[in-house]
Amino acid sequence: MNVPKDLFYTKEHEWISVKDDTGVVGITDHAQKELGDVVYVDLPEAGSRFETGEAFGSVESVKAVSEVYSPVTGRILEVNSSLSDAPETINQDPYVKGWMVRVKLEDSTELHNLMSADDYKRYLEEELGE
Amino acid sequence: MRYLSLTPEERREMLAALGLENVDQLFSSIPATVRLGRRLNLPAPMSESEVLDFFKAAGAKNVSTEDRACFLGAGAYNHFIPSVIDSIISRSEFYTAYTPYQPEISQGTLQSIFEYQTLICQLTGMDVANASLYDGSSATAEATLMSTRVTGRKRVLVSATLHPEYRRVLGTYISNLDIQAQEIRCGDDGRLDAAELASALSADVAAVILQSPNFFGVIEDIAAVAGVARPAGALTVVAVSEALSLGLLKPPGDLGADIVAGEGQSFGVPLSFGGPYLGLFACREQHKRQMPGRLVGQTVDTEGRRGFVLTLSTREQHIRREKATSNICTNQGLCALIAAIYLSALGRKGLREVAEQNLRKAHYLKRLLGDRLVFSGPTFNEFVVRCPQKPEELNRRLLGEGIIGGLPLGRFFGDRTDQMLVCVTEQTTRSQMDDFARVFSRA
Repeated sequence: MNVPKDLFYTKEHEWISVKDDTGVVGITDHAQKELGDVVYVDLPEAGSRFETGEAFGSVESVKAVSEVYSPVTGRILEVNSSLSDAPETINQDPYVKGWMVRVKLEDSTELHNLMSADDYKRYLEEELGE
Repeated sequence: MRYLSLTPEERREMLAALGLENVDQLFSSIPATVRLGRRLNLPAPMSESEVLDFFKAAGAKNVSTEDRACFLGAGAYNHFIPSVIDSIISRSEFYTAYTPYQPEISQGTLQSIFEYQTLICQLTGMDVANASLYDGSSATAEATLMSTRVTGRKRVLVSATLHPEYRRVLGTYISNLDIQAQEIRCGDDGRLDAAELASALSADVAAVILQSPNFFGVIEDIAAVAGVARPAGALTVVAVSEALSLGLLKPPGDLGADIVAGEGQSFGVPLSFGGPYLGLFACREQHKRQMPGRLVGQTVDTEGRRGFVLTLSTREQHIRREKATSNICTNQGLCALIAAIYLSALGRKGLREVAEQNLRKAHYLKRLLGDRLVFSGPTFNEFVVRCPQKPEELNRRLLGEGIIGGLPLGRFFGDRTDQMLVCVTEQTTRSQMDDFARVFSRA
């Protein structure tokens, strides 16, 4: 299971990478594997604001559709519009090319509530028996 | 499915499994005060032949379009129904109102729905049509909700000439949602007032909802409406209550409509006292994921053979729960099949011919009543006239002559109590129209 260091993780299997007060959000390698072939990604409009835990979009695969929840509170700066034509990017490269939104953090202390890479690995092993 | 009634032995077994002595005990939790405590006040049982006699006598009281001239339209149209329709829909393979879930056992039905969707796309000029909704009013209401999802806006502008019943249903749909509807009046020509529309449009308007031909029979300038709606970021929703007009008029999609919703009863569905009818719904490719209702798609199986399946189901309740695009997760299967047969049997040319007959005949009567016309705008097969006497009184006199008159508009519009909406279809004969005009003018 690919769980890069330097990212923060949620229990709903989103990741966020943070530089200064800007975060980039996507879904984890585990999440894309569980979903299967992604056929559609629904993303918010730039400028919209989401609270921690609020659904900002959804990822649809051939067998299911899942909400994607914001790991932090903030305003959307940019969305990865290339996903509308190539949603399979999320399967191929969930941590780099498959990013979903760029978000302006309102409160960087919220990151303390998220999991580190080691925490997330342990979470996957313990909670999900992997 | 066969109905097999229970044997007394089976009842005993079930009661024994529940630990009960008799069926009444099942209802013991219902307080005695709310129980009827006596038998229902029903007549004594009848034999089969008595039942047939009873219903024959009751049916004979009906006045039907079979034996009367009919000038009533207003959303339900008296069109000819080719015999091939009954013959095909009566096949047991087709005889279900439900949308099939299982492609393994439902290829015939799924293909018929796919063909229906294709025909509706061609007629409306849209990219995607769903497997149908309940009727024109609910389809228009669903189109309104869809426009708010697509735009993220919460205000809609509704033409005052949208069918009053459609407006009522639309009002019910949005009554508990955070959506506001504002009415836009029509001008002297019977068309949507362009100036009022322009001033009502703003950055919070999700859609302009108009009907064409509208409730007064007047053909709207859809391109002009879409032309002002689009720059304001609002969708143009076109409702069509007389689907046969699509056989002659330019498709709404070619004129800039973003969603076309409507009533498909004209395509071979009997008048049937108001239902079941057929909700038409079509939209643009880019909005398809916000579309309500079921959708059949064409695909290939593992051996590359053509097949049909329900597709984009992730919009729907059984997957998306409360985030589904609609709580409608069925369709009017049988009525959609009727429409597909009707359109296939008539073909492009036949449909145009029937539509032309409607136009020509309606304009014959329009000429006879020329000085009584209320609106100057172009019409298809319906128009409004000012009556020389109370419309209800006129209708009584017409019925006395074997003619079902038009719709008195006072029923829906308090300021139009002297007006009547008159409809002429391909079923109306010249002598019937001459009779109508004679009774009309004699008042």
